[in-house]
Amino acid sequence: MKSPNFYGAGFPYRDIQQLPGKLIVLEGTDGVGRSTQIKLLRRWLEDEGYAVSDTGLTRSTLTASGLEAAKSGHTLGPLTLSLFYLADFADRLENLIIPALQAGFIVLSDRYFYSVMARDAIRGVDKSWSRQLYGIALRPDLILYMKADVPVLAQRLIHGRGLNYWEAGMDLHLADNMYDSFLTYQNLLTKEFDELALTYNFVTVDANQKSDAIFEDLKTHILELLHNRLTKTKKPR
Amino acid sequence: MLKPNTTKGKLIVVEGIDGSGKSTQIDLLFKWLQTQGYSVFFSEWNSSPLVKSTTKAAKKEKSFTPTTFSILHCTDFANRWENGIYPLLKAGAIVLADRYVFTAFARDVARGVDPEWVRNMYSFAIKPDAALYFRVPLDVAVERITAARASLKYYEAGMDLNLSDNINESFKLFQGKILDQYDQMVDEFGLTLIDGTQPVKEQQKKVRVLIKKVLRGWEGLPNPNKAAASARSSQPAAEKGGK
Repeated sequence: MKSPNFYGAGFPYRDIQQLPGKLIVLEGTDGVGRSTQIKLLRRWLEDEGYAVSDTGLTRSTLTASGLEAAKSGHTLGPLTLSLFYLADFADRLENLIIPALQAGFIVLSDRYFYSVMARDAIRGVDKSWSRQLYGIALRPDLILYMKADVPVLAQRLIHGRGLNYWEAGMDLHLADNMYDSFLTYQNLLTKEFDELALTYNFVTVDANQKSDAIFEDLKTHILELLHNRLTKTKKPR
Repeated sequence: MLKPNTTKGKLIVVEGIDGSGKSTQIDLLFKWLQTQGYSVFFSEWNSSPLVKSTTKAAKKEKSFTPTTFSILHCTDFANRWENGIYPLLKAGAIVLADRYVFTAFARDVARGVDPEWVRNMYSFAIKPDAALYFRVPLDVAVERITAARASLKYYEAGMDLNLSDNINESFKLFQGKILDQYDQMVDEFGLTLIDGTQPVKEQQKKVRVLIKKVLRGWEGLPNPNKAAASARSSQPAAEKGGK
């Protein structure tokens, strides 16, 4: 491996030397409040004078329309869906995340590839296959795992944007209604996340708390990361 | 890396650079197998309706990187695999594929993607019962393609690699890199070499001999049309066979 920054093969045809920016990932299942926190964090970091860029799952323009069409049809197998997500990820990594990090930005990523791995694993996709595929991924500087109990998630979603087919894992035929399916599916996801947390060194944040309390916890971890960088650069003086 | 074929079906694939004549050969093979009464199906590289719009748009916008090019072609393959090739093999049919995983291994590695990474990506696929590699020297293939086409396309000419500003020159250099990759895979995957400079008829003769060998003693999915036809024409023979 030419570059120590990647989990595996990375992009051998690209010469990536310096990435002065910081990659911060927020992970967690559906309804855990990630996008709210990303908004708050972005405002806070910009107030502090950092240049911030954010990105999230399925936001690649390369694959967005294809993925949308695929998910609304019936001919989508687990491997095909998994690879569509990989294409989305690779496109954003190469064309957005890496350039932003090269320019010294803080990149806030609303989910990374861990979420995709979790949902793939439940659908029977081979875990070592996924792990090798995501060898193209950069190692984030910090992975914040927002963890909440499933009943709390259900409550928030029902009072918020409602349940949806994919978030409830309806394609798995776990139950005869969306609510029960959601509970079973999110429990399965949480189990996968807990395993990934160990493998990839997630920092767990209690997301059962109120939004501002979660925000304070997230800030503490981010400050620690940014502070470490400052002390490191100050050393030679 | 590829899985052994444990299905009742038979998988036959053709490979080679553009202009190697492989599509002509597989087309002839397909018709011949049909005439022989087999249940035979055909799958073509980069043809999944689900992925097509994405690939088409990216080609037009020239927005592929070597990695996203590689992944989307595998997505296309996976879709054809999950909805066509694999279930048909399970059913006991013969599936012919015009280009298979080796196309990706050759092209994507020529583009600079990690060889092990791309091999892992396609590791859900089955090792074909026959993988015919139509080999032609670079100039022959280039000559055939440039004579047949008004213009070359950006990605098929490997223009994204900045090998040359001249599209014809770039095409030649890129195909040369792909040819090197194919040649390296002959031993790795046990590809069967066929001399693509021979007359079409000669090549087809060889192909049929090879495929006959693969199908010897094999009973696949009965073709209902053929079964009905032979029952009508040879009633007594069928009884004899049933003893």
